[in-house]
Amino acid sequence: MSWLELSPAEWTAVHLSLKVSFWAMLASLPFGIIVALLLARGRFWGHSLLNGIVHLPLVLPPVVTGFLLLILFGRRGPIGAFLDQYFGIVFSFRWTGAALACAVMAFPLMVRSIRLSIEAVDTRLEVAAGTLGANPVWVFVTVTLPLILPGIIAGMVIAFAKAMGEFGATITFVSNIPGETQTLSAAIYTFTQVPGGDAGAMRLTIVAVVIAMAALLLSEVLARGVARRIAAA
Amino acid sequence: MSIDIDVTHRFGAFRLAARFTGGAGVTALFGRSGSGKTSLINIIGGLLRPDRGRVVIDGVTLVDTDRGIFVPKHRRRLGYVFQEARLFPHMSVRRNLLYGRGFVPAGERVAVEPIVAMLGIGHLLERRPAGLSGGEKQRVAIGRALLASPRLLLMDEPLAALDESRKGEILPYIERLRDEMRLPIVYVSHSVAEVARLATTLVVLNAGEVAAAGPAAEVMQRLDLSPLTGPEGTGAVIDGTVAAQDERYGLTLVATPAGELRIPSVAKPVGAPVRLHIRARDVMLADRRPEGLSALNIIAGVIAEIGSPVGAAVEIRLDCQGVPLVARLTRLSLDRLGLAPGRTVFAVVKAVSFLPEEPGKREGSAADAAD
Repeated sequence: MSWLELSPAEWTAVHLSLKVSFWAMLASLPFGIIVALLLARGRFWGHSLLNGIVHLPLVLPPVVTGFLLLILFGRRGPIGAFLDQYFGIVFSFRWTGAALACAVMAFPLMVRSIRLSIEAVDTRLEVAAGTLGANPVWVFVTVTLPLILPGIIAGMVIAFAKAMGEFGATITFVSNIPGETQTLSAAIYTFTQVPGGDAGAMRLTIVAVVIAMAALLLSEVLARGVARRIAAA
Repeated sequence: MSIDIDVTHRFGAFRLAARFTGGAGVTALFGRSGSGKTSLINIIGGLLRPDRGRVVIDGVTLVDTDRGIFVPKHRRRLGYVFQEARLFPHMSVRRNLLYGRGFVPAGERVAVEPIVAMLGIGHLLERRPAGLSGGEKQRVAIGRALLASPRLLLMDEPLAALDESRKGEILPYIERLRDEMRLPIVYVSHSVAEVARLATTLVVLNAGEVAAAGPAAEVMQRLDLSPLTGPEGTGAVIDGTVAAQDERYGLTLVATPAGELRIPSVAKPVGAPVRLHIRARDVMLADRRPEGLSALNIIAGVIAEIGSPVGAAVEIRLDCQGVPLVARLTRLSLDRLGLAPGRTVFAVVKAVSFLPEEPGKREGSAADAAD
């Protein structure tokens, strides 16, 4: 069974993918909740435009999204240059750039999941909380947030899974540098491009399947626990 | 305590233009669905911002569109009990009850124990709302509103979602809020029975306007409102006191200015106030004092008003030594007896037709009598 053993380089790719996906998921979560709230509850000019922009990565070719990120967040891009100059944050050809690409690609899925759960909340409960003296922020924290928790968890898991599988936008934006930006998908791709790489591709494929399955099972367990806690009245 | 409302609001083709004052006790907003009563209570509660007008509770201006005042609902200190209990499903009953308490300044908080005991929900504290019955949920919702120390309690058809026996379970609690806690209540309902039983002040709404407003007994007897209250609804409200209990026959003797009336037993001590609701359809009239009748209550009165006929029926308002009574007769009977305003007649009311004050407690009183 020695062919199942991962080489150090392969471990690096797996580890990097987990790190990139984790941060992509976590960093986009606050934005995901805010945008989902805006889309679910907001009545403002540009609502459809915001909705379109959020969903664009879902329908654009990933390579286009990657290229746009390169233009905007590259060292000389308008946003990239600004962040580099004032905050010392660099995305291009770094793992942080891979996380950004994954976050952007997973964002529509996360927002969609959270938005659906917000739309399912009985707003009459929020009104009742208001009549009891709670201000809107406290109503959100104590009533809305606990009720949409299953949607948030589902959104986080699906964003994580999407990030684990992201390939096109990442490789376009931050290339395929072993140890820095070579994620699981990129490593599998590389294996398929060299003679005799099939065994390595298979090993990483098994890892990808196991991680994806574990994520789905975890989300199931979490969601069930939450559902029990907030059993509908 | 005073409630002073003068608002106009328009949504689509519907126009609400209401002005009334209320005070201590229960101010009932009565009307059919679509009459604007729920919009009105939502304006008081801050759930709806009126186009124009003022809402002043106990001297505190909550809304004044001319002066640009609109106090948001979480700063109004008004309890609100909705038709559906609206308990938070992710919290235990205890946490639901305590939700609003934290917003009340420490010195003004009411004690939890007496309210939990009064509502009989002590055994539910650790349960989730999902497992409670409709009546239990509504009692928790009332407790939750009370523990937020409101200066006024708003109730929007709190019994409408409950079946008849559950209604009987909740009504006594609302009476205790009115009588023991002396909490002013604005109560929205389309049920004549509830309004007759609870209301101190009655505001009748029709198509967005106030059709009548005033002391409940006065408004209830008005014949011109019977198209709004419906054929089952018209009747008189009489306030009396318990004069004696007749345990042998399970009757209570009630003293009213019109004389003593016998009604099915209510479990109240002698001297306690009792409100009777006598529906017009349960009253017969005779032109001389009848004899040999099974009916226990015969009240002499003077015909004060004869309403306009509706189909075969006509309603007649009597003045029985200041106490109003309404009877519904056929037009044929009216003509045969030659009834006209100013004539003295005798109203016959069967004891069983009195709507008992506390249906939920009648079994208890029967058990007391058996001791």
